[in-house]
Amino acid sequence: MIHSVLQSLKLSLLLLILLCVVYTLILLGFAQVIAPNHGEGSVIHYTNNANGDSSYGFYNIGQDFTQDKYFWGRPSASYYNAMSPSASQLSMTDSAYLDTLKIRAAYFLSKNPTVSLKDIPAELITASGSGLDPDIRVESALIQAKRVASARGISIDKVNKLIEDNTSKPWLGLFGIPTINVLKLNVQLDALKS
Amino acid sequence: MNSELFGVIVTFLVSVALAIPLGKYMANVYSGKKTFLDFLFNGIENFFYKLSGINAQEALSWRQNLYAFLVLNLVWFIYGFVVLNFQTSLPLNPDHIAPDALSPIAAFNTTISFLANCNIQNYTGTTQLTYFSQIFVLSFFQFVTSAAGLAIGVLIFKSVVNRSTNNLGNFYYYFVRSCTRILFPICLVVAILLMWQGVPMTFKDHGTIKTLEGVVQTVARGPVAGFLAIKQIGVNGGGWFGPNSAHPFENPTYFTNTIELISIFLIPMAFVFAFGFFVNQKKFAAMIFGVMTFGTLLLLVPSLFFESKGNTSIDKKIGVAQVHGSTEGVETRFGALSTSFWAITTTAVSNGSENGAIDSLHPITITSALLAMMINALFGGAGVGFMYYYMFIIISIFVAGLMVGRSPEFMGKKIEAKEMKIAVIVILLHPLLILVPTALTTFVYSLNTDAYQHAWFINHGYHTFTEILYAYSSSTANNGSAMGGVNYGLDYWNMTTAIVILLSRYIPIIGAVAVAGSLATKKYIPTSAGTLAVDSATFSVIVFSIMVIVAALSFFPALVLGPFAEFFTCH
Amino acid sequence: MKETAMFTRDQLKEAMKEAVIKFHPFKMLSNPVMFTVEVGSMIMLIITLLSGISAHKADVGILGPFGFNLAVTIILIATVYFANFAEAIAEAKGKAQANSLRQSREDTPAKVLNKDGSITITSSALLKKGDVFVCSAGDPIPMDGEIIEGLATVDESAITGESAPVIRQSGGDKSSVTGGTKVLSDKIKVLVTVVQGQTFLDKMIALVEGADRKKTPNEIALLILLSGFTIMFILVTLTLYFFASYAHTNIYIASYLALFVCLIPTTIGGLLSAIGIAGMNRALKSNVIAKSGKAVETTGDVDTILLDKTGTITIGNRKATNFYPVNNVDKDYLVRRSVLSSMIDDTPEGKSIIELSGMDPLTFKVDNPRFIKFTAESKSSGVDYTDADGKQISIRKGAFDAMRKICMLAGNDFPPKLEEYVNLIASNGGTPLVVAENQKALGVIELQDIIKPGIQDRFLRLRNMGVRTVMVTGDNPLTAKYIATKAGVDDYIAEAKPEDKLAYIKKEQMGGKLVAMMGDGTNDAPALAQADIGVAMNNGTQAAKEAANMVDLDNDPTKLIEIIEVGKQLLMTRGALTTFSISNDVAKYFAIVPALFLATVPSLATLNIMHLHSASTAILSAVIFNALIIPALIPLALKGVTYRPIGAVELLRRNFLIYGIGGIIVPFIGIKLIDMILTYFI
Repeated sequence: MIHSVLQSLKLSLLLLILLCVVYTLILLGFAQVIAPNHGEGSVIHYTNNANGDSSYGFYNIGQDFTQDKYFWGRPSASYYNAMSPSASQLSMTDSAYLDTLKIRAAYFLSKNPTVSLKDIPAELITASGSGLDPDIRVESALIQAKRVASARGISIDKVNKLIEDNTSKPWLGLFGIPTINVLKLNVQLDALKS
Repeated sequence: MNSELFGVIVTFLVSVALAIPLGKYMANVYSGKKTFLDFLFNGIENFFYKLSGINAQEALSWRQNLYAFLVLNLVWFIYGFVVLNFQTSLPLNPDHIAPDALSPIAAFNTTISFLANCNIQNYTGTTQLTYFSQIFVLSFFQFVTSAAGLAIGVLIFKSVVNRSTNNLGNFYYYFVRSCTRILFPICLVVAILLMWQGVPMTFKDHGTIKTLEGVVQTVARGPVAGFLAIKQIGVNGGGWFGPNSAHPFENPTYFTNTIELISIFLIPMAFVFAFGFFVNQKKFAAMIFGVMTFGTLLLLVPSLFFESKGNTSIDKKIGVAQVHGSTEGVETRFGALSTSFWAITTTAVSNGSENGAIDSLHPITITSALLAMMINALFGGAGVGFMYYYMFIIISIFVAGLMVGRSPEFMGKKIEAKEMKIAVIVILLHPLLILVPTALTTFVYSLNTDAYQHAWFINHGYHTFTEILYAYSSSTANNGSAMGGVNYGLDYWNMTTAIVILLSRYIPIIGAVAVAGSLATKKYIPTSAGTLAVDSATFSVIVFSIMVIVAALSFFPALVLGPFAEFFTCH
Repeated sequence: MKETAMFTRDQLKEAMKEAVIKFHPFKMLSNPVMFTVEVGSMIMLIITLLSGISAHKADVGILGPFGFNLAVTIILIATVYFANFAEAIAEAKGKAQANSLRQSREDTPAKVLNKDGSITITSSALLKKGDVFVCSAGDPIPMDGEIIEGLATVDESAITGESAPVIRQSGGDKSSVTGGTKVLSDKIKVLVTVVQGQTFLDKMIALVEGADRKKTPNEIALLILLSGFTIMFILVTLTLYFFASYAHTNIYIASYLALFVCLIPTTIGGLLSAIGIAGMNRALKSNVIAKSGKAVETTGDVDTILLDKTGTITIGNRKATNFYPVNNVDKDYLVRRSVLSSMIDDTPEGKSIIELSGMDPLTFKVDNPRFIKFTAESKSSGVDYTDADGKQISIRKGAFDAMRKICMLAGNDFPPKLEEYVNLIASNGGTPLVVAENQKALGVIELQDIIKPGIQDRFLRLRNMGVRTVMVTGDNPLTAKYIATKAGVDDYIAEAKPEDKLAYIKKEQMGGKLVAMMGDGTNDAPALAQADIGVAMNNGTQAAKEAANMVDLDNDPTKLIEIIEVGKQLLMTRGALTTFSISNDVAKYFAIVPALFLATVPSLATLNIMHLHSASTAILSAVIFNALIIPALIPLALKGVTYRPIGAVELLRRNFLIYGIGGIIVPFIGIKLIDMILTYFI
């Protein structure tokens, strides 16, 4: 027994070196070369809207947008908490859950009065799976264009053009879903002004 | 929606296309034939064996092999449990996780869960574990337990090939080779692809930023890419972040989503083909693959259908149209179809990672996911999925063998009372470990309905029953996916799931290896016109029927009270 | 012993009685599936009583209403009764056969021959092993034994059912007699070779009565599987109680038990022992007595069978068809010498030579004849005598190579013409016998085999079953090959000595094959014992019968084929009914489960795909169907599923379609029909 425990212990230790140390070091090496931002998570730099400081955000991590002049992303069950984010985990048949959706829809209509209820994209009233979804679909952006344009006092065409420019097209038109990174769109929107 | 469906189909086809050559490579690795990585690993492996004093060339009996497996697991358990309990005294804790962040019971559950290749996560990685624990315990376990599962599977291969002998090959040999020549190189490739797409690989602590609107946002990160690769390739599923592969750092793009889906399928699919190459029964392997694929499709198609329709209550009660199907708990960049495809894939293949919230999916998708775990042999876990299928073969061959008027035999080995007894126990254990704890939990709940409703659930009614059933199905199938609406961090859940995971990992393995050992010793009976051909389509249909009637139907009453009740109430 | 009807009125009556006795819990224990049903029905009995007492209460709770409980109780008891009845009727059929046997075993007087030659009359029951008794015409043979002196015609109809008397004589392979048979003519001395209670007849009675019935390995494995299912459904039912209370659903205990009994494999569980007994009976019906149930079952697995050429593949014996003189020998001279050499040769071949010659050897004048008997070593026989001129003459006839040796040793040449004849005869499937006078070859006698009509079809059938046939013959390789090809066997052993058979069997077994053989002679005993299935002929020696696992009463060497089919049928019937039983569950789930929850989750009515009338009729219909299917399948269990040699895959497909798919569809129809009838009456 002791003999085989020792054997197992030694083998495990050696594998630990290969599979944890060597493996991780190789990947860290590659990260410096091929990963965006050296593997620290790709970022977008911007001027902070509140105090004008230079700041940045993570490209892949959605931010909570509440102001009219910004495009809003998906609702987040964890309010874009990026330390322990989560989905709503609610059953689609739950009545309290449906009430929440009703409130979200009503709020959206109040801020976008020209939109009719049935045209609201469902993803704008339902929470994402991660609570950090950085993307929305094209129609979710277009439906907000009017609000954003009027809040910023710019023409809706300009906004729509920006949406089009920021749409990531499916590869070969076949793989993927046309989406828009909300943070990037909003950063460019801010850049438009200056 | 069409491009989403196209993506699903292509992903599946690419997985198959990659799995066939990989299966051939794996068969070569296990049978010791020349492979292109020999130059690198022959030396490393010999060095490992020499230093640890293991003779990997020695042919071992099934008992000796099992012993090797169990001792390794014991060593790992002690190591993992100790490290997790003392993680804050160890290096690599840039996020300053507090010493009491992980209770001993949570540490116990986590150790067991990763040790058993189940990877149910009753903790949140980013707030309860240090980078050291994540890499040196969880990531390590994801490598070695997966490799151990594969090695167990190869022992079963050997039982088919070996005749009238006591030996089943050498567990260490298959195990180490699985680590070095299969998991290690594939994971490197996958990890590199993933970080190229934006998955972090850094030892820096969380990033603190100010959002565009000026709010402080702390963003957890870490050496995710390496962890992520073995999570998918090793059929593990334990994520770095709480939302698993729904998290944009764990699955940033549609491309990474595709890579990860393929990675989930890859080894379990390849293992079936490896069986075909290893025992030189390619048609039989193709038939097994056919049954597994058919079963998966049977679960997938209704899921895709209902997810593409979305939540009908939103149409009816709120008046919002759902052009793109389900959206609650679904990430925009993946879409409803990819999310339901993932849910079925991750449960058919005993992976357990998620790219959306299963709790919010359609009851039919949840039913399909549950059924996949209840059968647990549609591809299944690394090595062990094949093992379960093997047990179903033993039972089917018995019934089918009698029907052709011969004493049942599998690959020329007679199936007798001893094999039957073990196979029945293994197959029986599965519903037992799902149904009994589910019953126990409903009973405990009934003792203080209000308190437990409040403490355990955020959902109500039939859905909570589904959640209980799901928790134990996932534990028993060593799957690890979860319906997140339950407060699993509580001691009750940590203890019960840990026990279930423990029993459902080791008893079936012990049983299956015993059957393999017993079959290897048997005299080979040559085939004749009267012998049942196991590689015939008819036999495959019978295996599938047995899986459906024995495994799936015994859960029919439970399913009726859970997802079916929910489905029929909302329709 | 040959019956035409499935069962007689008497057997039916007896089985109905016997089925009640089988309710005894200890007897039920050997069948775990039905035992749980019996326990269930006992619980239901108590529940019914309790619900009867508290019938005045408005809320019945899980006890349920009295009427419903009573109905379920009756059906459950009926289910057990039907299963018991199935076993009892199979046993009754066996018993009827045993009874007819027992009649012949009545105490008979035995004339024991004492050491001093005197005869004491005693009872057959007092005979011991080693005793010698005498039987004359009209005497019943009191005990199994070996004839040590004499020859007699014996009526064996009591055992074989065959009315034609057979000849038994001392020495050779026809020396054994069976107790209970009767001497018709002549007188024999018989040595008792068995112990009281161990006689052939005793064994046979014990077997057919089922007293000796041990579970076969396959039966045990199947029982494990069925017990596994039973445990699983105990689990499903028990846990459902907790699930139901979680969903605030009240389910009657009767409904739980109904669900449980419907799901466990009662159909196969109830018919399992009947199938086994019926298999034995079927073997017996074809006049084969198996020494164990396992033997019958094993025949289904046979890969190779060894068949003696003579009597099996060819009709009776070879006949002389021609004489070919060589070296200018006069044909008549050759014929005369041939006849001389066959004078006391009472083998059928020898007799046929005399027959063909048309001469009477008794008219020949020979002095001092010394007859040389055929031995396996010399491979020749003949006669030495002094002829009318006082010359010493030595005539030999025998196999080609043996005779050549004799001639060559004496320095005489062996004419090439003779070799030509030999090859010609052999390649035409005949057997050449060379005749020589004083070590000088005279010519060749041609013996021809006649292949049994229809034997090729039987071998083809065997080949399609996956069974290899091997012909065993003493012929030379050329002849053997010719006959083998013509008869369509897969392999042959030529110039076979008893050791060759044994060696061949061992070789096949080394390759993992299961070998069956038939034999009659004492020298077959080792091979019979070595073979996995050894079938001895009833007219064979006691040694052969002891070594075999089965005895064929008809002495029909092709019987093996029939027994193989009986064995296969036995296994198939088990497999088919297991499949049927498991498949039935699908419909039963759909009948019962929606019914259980209809009250609390009305929307589950969608799952009631059979549109059953109400929750209680749905549950009752399912249990009634479950009970009735057992007696409905008794004829199939007794008759066995028909075996067709169409290859394993094809057979599997066929049986899967009939019993698997059929097993899914039939209960849907059955339950719906019963529900309609119940609705009509309620």
